[in-house]
Amino acid sequence: MNKYTAKTFSLEVIAILIALLFLVPFYFVIVNSLKSFSEILIDAAALPQQLLFSNYAQVWEILNFPKAFVNSLIITVFSNIGIVVISSMAAWKMVRTPGKLSKLLFIFFVAAMVIPFQTVMIPLVKLGGMLGIMNSIPGIIIMYFGFGVPLSLFLYHGFVKTVPVEVEESATIDGCSQFGVFWRIVFPLLKPITVTVVILNTLWIWNDYLLPLLVLQDASLRTIPLATSSFFAQYTKQWDMGLAALVMGITPIVVFFLFLQKHIIKGIAAGSIK
Amino acid sequence: MSTSTPTNKTVGQSDQRISAKRKIKRNKVLTYAAFVGPALLFFLVIQIIPFFMGIYYSFTSWNGVSSAVEWVGLDNYKRIFTNDQRFFDSFWFTTRFMFAAVIISNLIGFSLALLLNAALKTRNILRTVFFIPNVIGGLLLGFIWQFIFVRGFAAVGELTNIGFFQLPWLGDATTAFWGIVIVFAWQISGYMMVIYIAALQGVDTSLLEAAKIDGANAWQTLRRIIIPLILPAFTICFFLTIAMAFKIFDLNLSLTGGGPFNSTQSVAINIYQEAFTNNNYGVGSAKAIIFFVVVAIFTTVQVMITKNKEVEA
Repeated sequence: MNKYTAKTFSLEVIAILIALLFLVPFYFVIVNSLKSFSEILIDAAALPQQLLFSNYAQVWEILNFPKAFVNSLIITVFSNIGIVVISSMAAWKMVRTPGKLSKLLFIFFVAAMVIPFQTVMIPLVKLGGMLGIMNSIPGIIIMYFGFGVPLSLFLYHGFVKTVPVEVEESATIDGCSQFGVFWRIVFPLLKPITVTVVILNTLWIWNDYLLPLLVLQDASLRTIPLATSSFFAQYTKQWDMGLAALVMGITPIVVFFLFLQKHIIKGIAAGSIK
Repeated sequence: MSTSTPTNKTVGQSDQRISAKRKIKRNKVLTYAAFVGPALLFFLVIQIIPFFMGIYYSFTSWNGVSSAVEWVGLDNYKRIFTNDQRFFDSFWFTTRFMFAAVIISNLIGFSLALLLNAALKTRNILRTVFFIPNVIGGLLLGFIWQFIFVRGFAAVGELTNIGFFQLPWLGDATTAFWGIVIVFAWQISGYMMVIYIAALQGVDTSLLEAAKIDGANAWQTLRRIIIPLILPAFTICFFLTIAMAFKIFDLNLSLTGGGPFNSTQSVAINIYQEAFTNNNYGVGSAKAIIFFVVVAIFTTVQVMITKNKEVEA
């Protein structure tokens, strides 16, 4: 389209400089995580005199990092599966059964997106206690189902409208049950929006702090954000170990992003425009 | 029905037809319930029931522990409105923060989008770089930047002698405020950029070329053609950033903890502390309801204003 002119080149240089500026915090965090505490205090900007990996070894133990990682992973994966299953099924049925009830339910789900989490969190702790789903990983997964449904259902709802109904009809005539029609024919067609839904929910649930803080009290149930914050509460200003904890904490999600970045950026754009 | 009316063949047949229809109808209702029911059930139990419980508790003196929940009418609300300066300070802080954060992160996000919309060779890598901060959760980001502000800025200040880096970052109310704004913008700008890029790619290039032929300069093209055409993207981005800025919690908590001297305490932190640190669940619930009303008003007004602009354009 456009030719690569001197002007484009100068824009390119500016853009790269800004990008480097964006990355500077990572430089500071990674470089200093490999220094001793006194070396950090002397000069935080310099490269380490020698690479010190003992910070990582120590923090790995204190954080019980593998445990926190597995907890985060289990919660994220199962919440995602549940949210995808229940919201795609509901959205499809609501679109395919036009009428007052479906319309009303849709408005109900969407309107609830205005409710801030802080408004429901206090009674939720009480209700969770009554239902016996506090301090348990399956319990928090169930809560994520409830919080995840509105946006995911909204996204599926918009997408189902673009899926032609004819294939479903002929399958129904051929004697396929409604569940069969949905799981064998419709659900595979929903793949693009499923990718978006999973990406949005993964970034949210993996990074979520407040709900786990309220629900998961046992140290053995801690997710990565919870383990990190309790580490910082205990070792304030011990930056040598603190930075190693932060590098470990951000690595899984950054790696996830870098592997799937094309899908993620596309999914994010699609998810917010709808 | 068949007993009260004389039975003949036709009535019997229509009876069968009715019961068959009923069966189909009942099946339909059951499938509808099976498909929609689970989503509705989880949604009701996790969000809607607690929401109404919260309204009820906001009229009680519930402390979260004792089983006795005493009805106190409007007392909690009265107390909040007449005798809770800190809550209002936190609202004031959150509002100021929201304005600064929304303007700055959209300005940066939109500028980056314009920049990357030029035919740059490294645009895909740059887009990835600008988006990275967004995948890291607010809690970890806050801790990262606490280090950057306290140690990193100090080190850069020593090297360069630039006054900006030698300020007492996070140490007083002003630098703490702007500290949170900077981190928020660093986290969100890449996200906004992605939305703006998607919108910019939808702009018809023939319009831009026509404008160029008519002698419009870059600024005029931007103001008169590009911005009006992508107003929906602005609606989305403002909606998202307002909501995120107003509900800020994690980043705020780990970066400043609300300090110094509660000068950067967001409403979300105030509510959390009222309920779970002070064990005033009743007052906390009342604050949470006020918070809900304000958020609902803010978002509705904002969407209405931007939608009107879209129609005008």
